[in-house]
Amino acid sequence: MTASKHNALAPAERAVDLIGGNLTEKSLRLHLEGLPGVDAVGLEARAASLGTRSIKTTSKAFALDKIISLIDLTTLEGSDTPGKVRSLVAKAVTPDPGDLATPRVAAVCVYGDMVPDAVAALGSAHSAGRHDGINVAAVATAFPSGRASLAVKLSDTSDAVSAGADEIDMVIDRGAFLAGRYGLVFDQIVAVKEACRRDDGSYAHLKVILETGELNTYDNVRRASWLSILAGGDFIKTSTGKVAPAATLPVTLLMLQVVGDWHRLTGEKIGVKPAGGIRTSKDAIKYLVTVAETVGEEWLQPHLFRFGASSLLNDVLLQRQKLSTGRYSGPDYVTMD
Amino acid sequence: MSFLDYAPAPESTAILNLRSNYGLFIGGEFVEGRGTPFATFSPATEVHIAEMANANASDVDDAVTAARRAYDRTWSRMSGSDRGKYLFRIARLVQERARELAVAESLDNGKPIKESRDVDIPLVAAWFFYYAGWADKLDYAGIGPAPRSLGVAAQVIPWNFPLLMLAWKIAPALAAGNTVVIKPAETTSLTAMIFAEILQQADLPAGVVNIVTGAGDTGNALVNHTDVNKVAFTGSTAVGRAIARSTAGSGKKLTLELGGKAANIVFDDAPIDQAIEGIVNGIFFNQGHVCCAGSRLLVQENVHDEVISRLKARMSTLRVGDPLDKNTDVGAINSRAQLDRIRELSDVGVDEGAERWSAPCVLPDAGFWFAPTIFTNVSTSHRIARDEIFGPVLSVLTFRTPAEAIAKANNTPYGLSAGIWSDKGSRVLAVADKLRAGVVWANTFNQFDPSSPFGGYKESGYGREGGRHGLAAYLESSGWSAAPAVTKGARK
Amino acid sequence: MSRLAVPKTFKLYIGGKFPRSESGRVYEVVTAKGDFLANAAKASRKDARDAVVAARSAVSGWSGATGYNRGQVLYRIAELLEGRRAQFVDEIRECEGVSEAVARAQVDAAIDVWVWYAGWADKYVQVAGNGNPVSGPYFNISTPEATGVVAIVAPQKSSLLGLVSVVAPALVSGNTVVVVASERAPLSAISLGEVLATSDVPGGVVNILTGSAAEMAPWLASHADVNALDLAGAEGLDWVDLQIAAAETLKRVLPPEVGVPVPSVERVTFFTETKTVWHTKGLI
Repeated sequence: MTASKHNALAPAERAVDLIGGNLTEKSLRLHLEGLPGVDAVGLEARAASLGTRSIKTTSKAFALDKIISLIDLTTLEGSDTPGKVRSLVAKAVTPDPGDLATPRVAAVCVYGDMVPDAVAALGSAHSAGRHDGINVAAVATAFPSGRASLAVKLSDTSDAVSAGADEIDMVIDRGAFLAGRYGLVFDQIVAVKEACRRDDGSYAHLKVILETGELNTYDNVRRASWLSILAGGDFIKTSTGKVAPAATLPVTLLMLQVVGDWHRLTGEKIGVKPAGGIRTSKDAIKYLVTVAETVGEEWLQPHLFRFGASSLLNDVLLQRQKLSTGRYSGPDYVTMD
Repeated sequence: MSFLDYAPAPESTAILNLRSNYGLFIGGEFVEGRGTPFATFSPATEVHIAEMANANASDVDDAVTAARRAYDRTWSRMSGSDRGKYLFRIARLVQERARELAVAESLDNGKPIKESRDVDIPLVAAWFFYYAGWADKLDYAGIGPAPRSLGVAAQVIPWNFPLLMLAWKIAPALAAGNTVVIKPAETTSLTAMIFAEILQQADLPAGVVNIVTGAGDTGNALVNHTDVNKVAFTGSTAVGRAIARSTAGSGKKLTLELGGKAANIVFDDAPIDQAIEGIVNGIFFNQGHVCCAGSRLLVQENVHDEVISRLKARMSTLRVGDPLDKNTDVGAINSRAQLDRIRELSDVGVDEGAERWSAPCVLPDAGFWFAPTIFTNVSTSHRIARDEIFGPVLSVLTFRTPAEAIAKANNTPYGLSAGIWSDKGSRVLAVADKLRAGVVWANTFNQFDPSSPFGGYKESGYGREGGRHGLAAYLESSGWSAAPAVTKGARK
Repeated sequence: MSRLAVPKTFKLYIGGKFPRSESGRVYEVVTAKGDFLANAAKASRKDARDAVVAARSAVSGWSGATGYNRGQVLYRIAELLEGRRAQFVDEIRECEGVSEAVARAQVDAAIDVWVWYAGWADKYVQVAGNGNPVSGPYFNISTPEATGVVAIVAPQKSSLLGLVSVVAPALVSGNTVVVVASERAPLSAISLGEVLATSDVPGGVVNILTGSAAEMAPWLASHADVNALDLAGAEGLDWVDLQIAAAETLKRVLPPEVGVPVPSVERVTFFTETKTVWHTKGLI
């Protein structure tokens, strides 16, 4: 029986390097199924333990500013209008008009067809390839469900890239994954990555959303994380935020462990983005601790870690105001986005 | 700024309301001891905390007399449901004063506040809560239709989990209808004294619990007192042996919870990240001052290098330092004597040819500290594979097959606990079947619950604490008595 | 001039809330001498239906809690009952026409029964479950777990002690309860509902219906989403017919008792199902 009897997969470079030239559905599957298991009780206990870290005073001040700088400020509603996007962008650029020293967020995250509005609203604050400035991230590939033909998903992606998106947050095909069709999931990611290619040969940055709430088991999350990295993702992202449970600390810890293993194996650094359900500074700080103590604090940079969040920003600002004024603040003192 | 250099997060000691000196707690009151008082101090800073009374043989006699009087006149005549209500009160008071107790425990013992707050004190409350409910249900405990209490129990506890060990001893004894004289360890008597105040708040009848602080002599006087019916000891195997000898023929029921050298067995199909956590928890939790610590890592040879590499990386994130800082993972060694012993055995390990590696950490100048350490290339013939170090030191051995893992795990006079790490259920259960250990943890370690029996095989002692089985030590069936028909007087 | 009292309104207790009967009906509760005490809600079959829905939705949370947690919640209820002794004593005196001393003895007994059952939550499994030494390479363990929703007809002559003696045991293992209180003396039942509402018991774990047991019991007995039926207080009803109706879905049924049931662990384990699990053991 030759390997050619099995479906050959798109020869993504990382996968070929690790698994070998005859990259097929079968060889990919054997690799994914050979990964070590995850004990859920142990994983959750470790996450809970990291959550008991007490981050105070100077560490807290550092953490709050760091969180802001790592936020993808997000609006993903059917009711989004150009006005809403402009308002979001204004908040991203000036999170706290009462304190102009407040850091800016890392990116705004919108639906692909709102990218032109986001780019226009950002103006000179848009990074547009620079290292400073605010990125525009677009969700694509029939977000959030991913239930559409590949052609539609690729158009979705290339439209957003053409409109100026710096980053694409794609969703994997969870139905295919749960049906065991790993090769299909893999090939789709490879194709989307290619659709991120611009005319000048550069690529929009690709985040791969696993939708961990639908993958359900930690073993599935580990496999999907590896699969997404092998297929060429720059970031692995927990969730669309449209399905509960969205991001959790244990799931994020697991994904960081995969990213750490990949780094040890290849020297390459992949990013992680928990999204959805992180509403308080207290929670966000637990994530910073988890990143720092699992893969190291070098990962606490926008090119390696993001929070997908909307209401989190205001809670961080309230905390920030308390640290600077010494008194508790309230919703009247932070702006809507 | 490095984020990982977390700003100090001290737990305040303002919550404490300590006296400058404590008496013995006898007959419901604090009374002076006749022995020479001794100091207790923080092992992290060597700063004096308070002065403890020292019970001599006369004081011990007073305590046993008070316990006997309370047993005869009050406690043995009280309904089980009333005894239960007192224990429920104690559980609730411990919950109410939990933070205060946790701070006192960390201050006096040296263990991180994170552990005393999240593990020790909640388990103390849980232990009293669990046994409160048994007090009026003894007919169902599986010890026969109308089991009887024994009388006065003499209890001696160690310094590694001071208040928790006190709960393990007192709760079942009282639930079963016995009264108690208990001796805390001399380096860690502080929380026992606060507990005495809690007993006063609970309005527990005088003499039901008596606490005599002191050292080895006090303990000797207590376990050898002729008017105790039951002896319960947790501590070193050497002292346990001595107690077994001195109580022989006396008619006293005896339970012992002694040392261990547990094997933590990691198979090649273990959930690797959780196994690393389990290894770390197994030997560095409570600075390794744990009788059931996973102090021998038996790792399948084909994954040895991977496991050690990950283990070292994980150990490098452990924070060693001020026990009262909420971010501390590893606290102080409890005493200079213990620190000397750990150092001595570690030197032995090096001399024997094992390879030593310690986590890089900055140790404070004052106090007693030891960096988390592992020894690789350890063989079964090495002393560090056999002797209980009772510190944050792990000996790493390898095995090839499950049968070999079991043989190595069992190849010890101890038999308290063991760990098994594998993703395969049938293997976990088959290995658990064959381990000669009283507690087997699979894909976890150091789990304790008042409903779960705990105790050892072989030289790790006999008897179980926790669960329905934990009552057996403090009751006898109406139709049978463990006391021999003929007894000789216990030696003083 | 003496102070004018503020009389209490007595409603049903369903899903953690206090609704009136959806039928809008009430009935007069009178003292032992026949004087007017209060209008209590007269529950209908639809209230019973709603109560079962509430009870079902609370099963997974309550049975999924640890035994320790349930024990603590139940003990807390005893703490709150203790704090309200005077109120319960007054209600019993008025409804049952007994002396202060007799009323107090009933309240004390009810609290103590509750404490007794609370203490079983984290230990009945050790008494009713065990490992089994099967002949083969198998790990084998039997464990009792909650059966689900238990419908109860409370003893009709005792306001508080009877009620507590049937409700508490069902809760120990994680069942949720729909209980029809004493028709003549329902006030203690609703006051118990107030205690439950201010304790840590999740809404829906206990649901209390007041009114006619004869009217509601048949609906509960035949309800397909009720797992067990306790007919303790049904000796005045056509209870055999109720048992026949319950047989349709093979409910577990306890027959009527004369007087107040005594505390027994059998009342706890009757409302459990025993699950036996086998797992292979293989070394190689």
